[in-house]
Amino acid sequence: MPGLGITLGRGGATGNLQDLQNSDAILIQGSNMAEAHPVGFRHPMIAKEKNGAKLIHIDPRFTRTSAMSDIYAPIRPGSDIVFLGALINYVLQNERHFEEYVVNFTNAATLISEDFEDADATGLFSGWNEETQAYDPSSWRYEGQPIDHAPVGGSQGALIGEAGEGEQHEAHDGGPRPNDQTLQHPRCVFQILKRHFERYTPEMVEKVCGTPKDTFEAVAETICENSGREKTTALCYAVGWTQHSKGVQLIRTAAILQLLLGNIGRPGGGIMALRGHATIQGSTDIATLYDILPGYLPMPDVAKPHDTWRDYVETETAKTGWLSNFPKYATSIMKAWYGEDFDHEEGELFEHFPRISGDHSYYPTIMAMKDREVDGCFVFGQNFAVGGPHAKMAREALRSLDWLVVLDAYEIETATTWKMDGTDPKDCATEVFFMPSGLVAEKDGSFTQTQRLLQWHDKSVEPPDDARSDAWFVYHLGRRIKELYKNSEDPRDDLINALEWEYPTEGPYDEPDIESILKEISGYEIEGGRPVSGFAELKDDGSTACGGWIYSGAYADGVNQTRRRKSGDNPNHEWGWAWPADRRILYNRASADPEGKPWSERKKYIWWDEEKEKWTGDDIPDFEADKPPSYRPEPDDDGMAAIPGDGPFIMNGDGLGWLFAPIGLKDGPLPVHYEPLESPVPNPLYFQQRDPALKVFPGRPDNPYNGPEDPRYPHVVTTYRLTEHHTTGAMSRWTPWLNELQPELFCEISPELAEEEEVNNAEWVTIETSRGKIHCKALVTDRIPTYKMNGGNIHTIGLPYHFGPNGIVTGDVVNDILPVSLEANVGIHEAKAFTANLRKGRV
Amino acid sequence: MATGFLTDTTVCIGCKACEVACKQWNQLPADGYELTGDSYDNTKQLSGDTWRHVAFIENPKKKRLTGDVDLVALAEDVKEDLPNGAELDGLGRWTFMSDVCKHCVEAPCQQACPTGAIIRNEFDNVYIQPDVCNGCGYCVPACPYGVITSVPEDGRAFKCTLCYDRQIDGLEPACAKACPTNSIMFGEVEELERVAEERVKQLHDRGYPQAFLYGTPEVGGTGGIGGNHSKFILMDVPETYNLPENPFLPQDKVAGATVASAVAATVIGAVVAWAFRG
Repeated sequence: MPGLGITLGRGGATGNLQDLQNSDAILIQGSNMAEAHPVGFRHPMIAKEKNGAKLIHIDPRFTRTSAMSDIYAPIRPGSDIVFLGALINYVLQNERHFEEYVVNFTNAATLISEDFEDADATGLFSGWNEETQAYDPSSWRYEGQPIDHAPVGGSQGALIGEAGEGEQHEAHDGGPRPNDQTLQHPRCVFQILKRHFERYTPEMVEKVCGTPKDTFEAVAETICENSGREKTTALCYAVGWTQHSKGVQLIRTAAILQLLLGNIGRPGGGIMALRGHATIQGSTDIATLYDILPGYLPMPDVAKPHDTWRDYVETETAKTGWLSNFPKYATSIMKAWYGEDFDHEEGELFEHFPRISGDHSYYPTIMAMKDREVDGCFVFGQNFAVGGPHAKMAREALRSLDWLVVLDAYEIETATTWKMDGTDPKDCATEVFFMPSGLVAEKDGSFTQTQRLLQWHDKSVEPPDDARSDAWFVYHLGRRIKELYKNSEDPRDDLINALEWEYPTEGPYDEPDIESILKEISGYEIEGGRPVSGFAELKDDGSTACGGWIYSGAYADGVNQTRRRKSGDNPNHEWGWAWPADRRILYNRASADPEGKPWSERKKYIWWDEEKEKWTGDDIPDFEADKPPSYRPEPDDDGMAAIPGDGPFIMNGDGLGWLFAPIGLKDGPLPVHYEPLESPVPNPLYFQQRDPALKVFPGRPDNPYNGPEDPRYPHVVTTYRLTEHHTTGAMSRWTPWLNELQPELFCEISPELAEEEEVNNAEWVTIETSRGKIHCKALVTDRIPTYKMNGGNIHTIGLPYHFGPNGIVTGDVVNDILPVSLEANVGIHEAKAFTANLRKGRV
Repeated sequence: MATGFLTDTTVCIGCKACEVACKQWNQLPADGYELTGDSYDNTKQLSGDTWRHVAFIENPKKKRLTGDVDLVALAEDVKEDLPNGAELDGLGRWTFMSDVCKHCVEAPCQQACPTGAIIRNEFDNVYIQPDVCNGCGYCVPACPYGVITSVPEDGRAFKCTLCYDRQIDGLEPACAKACPTNSIMFGEVEELERVAEERVKQLHDRGYPQAFLYGTPEVGGTGGIGGNHSKFILMDVPETYNLPENPFLPQDKVAGATVASAVAATVIGAVVAWAFRG
């Protein structure tokens, strides 16, 4: 999320899948799109077959996607930043960047503080504190007028609270922010970038990634040829980039590349963040993450100056850029939840509002469960007894609870840990409540899919027997809790009593009316209840309520906009509704040149209409509709007035795309190649072996790591999905038609490894790490490359992770052998590159 | 009007949506749960219970299916040993092909059927009437493609109906409906032939002279059965896809076999006569 968010301003895919048809080249990396998104892959196929677009696939395995691509480049797992960094270097060295776009739309010309020191041979930037194992980012700031507010995460993030070193700067210390439009100043971002990526050469790619130099150059040349005024290249990625110990920086490298090539905000360009579930985008938008409120607003934090409502609002309001509107959005959330009881000025209720007091992300919570610091747990739409890293530990954690409620349509492993791993049910004290839940066709609701598009689905049939929708469960649970507390005078129960929980119900089981919830999320005027047309109508005077500002307008005019289903040409505003404001391509002001004219007729999208004095075109402009391209702010302007008429990235405080991130990231302002936490080789580029800010748990003997170059674990494992199953198999392992297609767990290995271990195709093997071992059958294929590094072979073991002990088809839990480590910015684990050994037979 | 399929293997991504859609619409049972070790193919073949089947063909490395960029030459250049010692491997091609009943113009199964269960319906599709089929199994060996098998429950033969029940309601077959890349096209045979001709020409122009249409009397060696209403665009010899190069009607061999039998009988008779000459 911050990979795109910190660079471009929002943590979402920049375009839509249909728009890939307009691409001249599509680079897919960290994704097996044909396999995991076969329906979405239709669009790259149309681009290729109808328009002659070039498809490029960069992956450790030759997959279904590779088979469809014009260029397949093999890559050693975990070395992606080297490949992408080398593409950046290729662009800069050969002056293939889109000069006019880069100078005007990115922070290339901005000067960085004199205190900044790049990560030379050490691999560490200035500001690293060995003692706290954290960065103080104050030396990464802009010279002159620093920006203290990140587009994602708000005020300095946890850096202020945890590192405590970051000296708060005033946003304005007078005078314009210095820059060099010629891009020659040694401290301008462009020159810093050039020096930083110098070591990422094609030779380095060959050495570190194992990609042949010729193949690398074919990739580089193809994307350069297909970018610029007349052409655009799109990048597609999925969790193959995310699930690394430096996943955020990896995605940022791609965003930097796309900015340099001028591919953001333009048709056929952009970065497609392919999501792993039907509505995983929606679940971060409307905030299942612990540290954000709906719409990516920062969660109140004890480590930040969030003592009172006023402190919170003041701290989190950006001085410049779109997030200067923070008070409107935060107030409207509180009004949506607490109604009249919330006083928008003093906000007394805020005193009791929960605050985060540390890292409460997924894995620290599992560990806390295991350490008996958590009493009970509700599990919705998750099967983490199979699905998370070191799943065996997660199962032990579940067995340490007093009570557990699991809602699912099938009896998933998470509900049956009391009889797994050889547990005698008598020894497991956890009281488990298994609640049968309805499947998608049995309930109303919306999906927010990979391209930020909300699409409504209506219930077709009632759920069978005792099954109910998840919403039914939550609604009635909330209702009963309120009933229990209604006579409480205890101030800490104020929030429960103040909570507005009145929703109309329908049907024989009193299912809550889901449209009424969408209406609340979309926002309305408190007096009269008129739905607002969008977030521009939201106010901080307590007169509007809105449950998630980025979805504001999804229920405009009292019409469920997400239900629209009229076919038409892309961008089709008659189909579904995309956040924000139904914009289908984000940052689309960048599709016009600084003067507001289309870069080319072929790539025309949004432009400035001189006569009508407004932005117009094929999409909703992602810009203030009547701000002329010639507008220039005064140095002391605040809010949106500080964003110039040629600043397309309005969420960022300077309106520019951040090639260099002066704030917001915990592991450096620029991407650096570090080896995965578990790697068979030393880092060939820097002394620093792994991401310095990576969070590890050295004090937990129940979560051991395989050290770098550990000869006991010489092979690299990468995990993935198959088309035929869905994630942990929670739904698919009960479906005969899918199970016959992929009936058993297997590992994909190269003929070379098979020969070394004397394993034949379809024979049993054992794969082991310091966490444990699994058994599976070997699928020997030359689609898995072998790399020669440091005089030896490096083998890759591919493992799909869909299996577990329940269902029609079963298999060992692949996640049992993964380590738990947390990426510095988002706490994601590293499933795409860790080490293991492999032996013949079931040992 | 004759309807049929055109399956363009060059855009098939091997997602198997067709296989699942077919089983769901026609309510066919799973064939069993066994890892074959044969690439991603675990349903093995067409049968009475599997009417669409996606084959996965892993080819020798350095043989590329797609690519305007000349990766073939590139791969040849880099060979096994790269300057840095890394090894480029796995640059093989991986081909997917969704197989189905060919709906032959002169269908051997129909000609072998003694009960008249196998007919040509109003869409000119080869259709087995399940209420007439008596399970004799003659159609099974008659099919030159191995499409039909008897189901274990009662021995009756089943195969693709071209979703007859959907067609009469004006819907396209389930597999074609589910295909995300339009690899499976459904329509009038004449129109599909035109589409195929254009597509093959396009592939030739893009530097794939090996592309051809399998299932027409002129090309692909299906002259013996008068062509198929279910055709395929292939990029390699038919054997690669487990398709016969020269499918034939079993009775075409009858004349030769009769002569051979007569000759054999004569010879044996002569030998016997000779043996008992005394």
